[in-house]
Amino acid sequence: MSKALLLKNGRVIDPANHRDGVGEVLIVDGRIAGAGLKVPQDAEIIDCTGLVVTPGLVDLHVHLREPGQSAKETIASGARAAAAGGFTTVVCMPNTTPSLDSASSVAWLLEKARAEACVRVHATGALSKGISGEEMAPIGALKKAGVVALTDDGRCIQNHELMRRALEYAKMFGLTVMDHCQDYSLVGKGVMHEGYWSTVLGLPGWPAAGEELIVQRNALLAELTGTPVHCQHLSAAGSVRALREARKRGVPLSGEVCPHHIALSDESVKGYDTNFKMNPPLRSEEHIEALLEGIADGTITILASDHAPHCGFEKEVEFDQAPFGILGLETELGLFLDILIHKRKVIDLNRLIEMYTINPARLLGLDCGTLSPGALGDVTLINPGLEWRVDRDASFSLSRNTPFHGWELKGRAVRTIVGGSTVWKL
Amino acid sequence: MSSSDPPSLVVKAEPARWIHKDLTGLQSLTKEELTLLLDTAAAFKSVGTRHIKKVPALRGKTLVNFFVEPSTRTRISFELAAERLSADVINMSATASSLTKGETLKDTALNLQALHADMIVLRHSSAGAAQFLAERLDASVVNAGDGSHEHPTQALLDAFTIREHKGRIEGLHVAIVGDILFSRVARSDIFALTRLGAKVTLVGPSTLVPTELERLGVSISHDLDALLPELDVINLLRIQHERQRKEYFPSLGEYTSLFGLTKARAARLREDCLVMHPGPINRGVEIDSDVADSSRSVILQQVTNGLAVRMAVLYLCNAARSGEWL
Repeated sequence: MSKALLLKNGRVIDPANHRDGVGEVLIVDGRIAGAGLKVPQDAEIIDCTGLVVTPGLVDLHVHLREPGQSAKETIASGARAAAAGGFTTVVCMPNTTPSLDSASSVAWLLEKARAEACVRVHATGALSKGISGEEMAPIGALKKAGVVALTDDGRCIQNHELMRRALEYAKMFGLTVMDHCQDYSLVGKGVMHEGYWSTVLGLPGWPAAGEELIVQRNALLAELTGTPVHCQHLSAAGSVRALREARKRGVPLSGEVCPHHIALSDESVKGYDTNFKMNPPLRSEEHIEALLEGIADGTITILASDHAPHCGFEKEVEFDQAPFGILGLETELGLFLDILIHKRKVIDLNRLIEMYTINPARLLGLDCGTLSPGALGDVTLINPGLEWRVDRDASFSLSRNTPFHGWELKGRAVRTIVGGSTVWKL
Repeated sequence: MSSSDPPSLVVKAEPARWIHKDLTGLQSLTKEELTLLLDTAAAFKSVGTRHIKKVPALRGKTLVNFFVEPSTRTRISFELAAERLSADVINMSATASSLTKGETLKDTALNLQALHADMIVLRHSSAGAAQFLAERLDASVVNAGDGSHEHPTQALLDAFTIREHKGRIEGLHVAIVGDILFSRVARSDIFALTRLGAKVTLVGPSTLVPTELERLGVSISHDLDALLPELDVINLLRIQHERQRKEYFPSLGEYTSLFGLTKARAARLREDCLVMHPGPINRGVEIDSDVADSSRSVILQQVTNGLAVRMAVLYLCNAARSGEWL
């Protein structure tokens, strides 16, 4: 067990407990200590003057690529990237090789994560067998193996009846379903946002309606079944409107936004650089504004990265043939602080931390995201005003596919503490 | 040029104004650069009618015609253009290349570079493929069509043919009719003709004419009949069955009835209106067979001019790369 740790003089922000003020956080035996507890004599003391002390951040949407794609990323390397981004907990997606659609593959992953990952790694299970959208995955067995949610991320179940029954079935186990919202017939072979730039570049368009339609579908099915549905990586204005309307009526629907969808627009694709290719695609300004509005008014409750490593040789191909996705773990907090707090002043720091801690923890029922006494001793120290430059070559990821190389950002994590032990510091 | 300058032997405009080792598209070219390309093509056109159809501009240079997507006329035109410039030409198709064995485009291209190819002419089904190669190779890369993006030499030969007949491009009203959405010819035509001062109207079914293109300074119409008497040039695009899906329009018959250049429609064109088509034509679909063969059709002259335009492009790109000007 690690030594006791006392974090002094920092601005403690713990949205779960409505706490925001300069104070102390004590971690003893890997857990947050109550206010009355005496500080052990041998406790390590960290002066956090000028820093924000928050519950360890949670990213509920990452691809760690194991099993089967370990040239792109491993659990160990992805976890190190998470720590360097300020994350103490990540939730990994099941579109691996083979996919996480069986108890044995989930058990293998969790075992490997316990042995090799420096942060907490939770697994999701596939919603359909082989993520093929045809038959229900063994949801009961997946739950027993320890998955915290179900998703076919990367793909989307098109058969509404199967989706409806999978939601109903998942409800029995209290599992949230996370959905990559994409209507295949509308999207077709689309590789970038359908609009002016796709037309000029001659690239197949991915219309916003291809996402909005499935968000609407999910609103209807979440209402019908009562199962919480979380819409992943929202990119389109109509998705935000649908989510807002559904939530107003109490439908258990939620949504997340990834930093690239507010930091970059479809114009970025004009050089055919595949580091600007992701799914859903970068969209035009009116969609970016709608996402920011959704974050500001509380429609969007969760921030995440969709960390999607790919090897250089896989990405360095013709644009329409490249795989979708970019790195995210080490840049997401910096981008959101820079854009949401400093540049656009969309929300305050409390809201941002809430969206990265207690909100994802509550959605999936994770025992993290709070500094309540007895909680896991996971803490992130953030310097919200620190100016830094993104350097892809310094990344802990095995991959280098980021469009943000060289960007100057304001704000980042400076130390990541898991169970009272520092797993990374700047 | 002042009157005391000696007349230039081959190219009237100063070649030093051309600075690009590659031609991947026309969108970023200036009016002056486009004009230089057309002037250079005019100088090269006479080579094709000489007794000895060769000039030494690319002697000792190796050109690879790399066609990842099937094409006959464009490949032959580039091959002939390169040979008339005295280059050594290798033809490579997708089926004969290692791309079918899973080699990436980048690796195939690096292998060509390792063989000291000086120029690569690329036809590829992916938009941006020519730019992808151009950024990675020292060799000159000329785009012979990349997906639905650009087909710059086709648009240059269109502009060349229009200028040859009309003496100018500025102020002319050009209609481009057909499948604009999937057409690389349409995009390159739009970029070149608007930059050279033409008024361009895109005509076709609403499913195949994206309204976003209005931002490029063109008009959009779905009423060909109303436009006919105003046009100086009508450019009919091939309705491409191989790329078309049934969702875009109900039938070829309905397409012809709305947008085909039938005899009746041709009769309503001005006497001096040029009828153009990038080929291969579908007789009876986008153009009536007799209209295609009529005196105002310049379809075969386009093919002839394609040679001159491609000679000019190869010459200028090679010279910009190597510094070897005629």
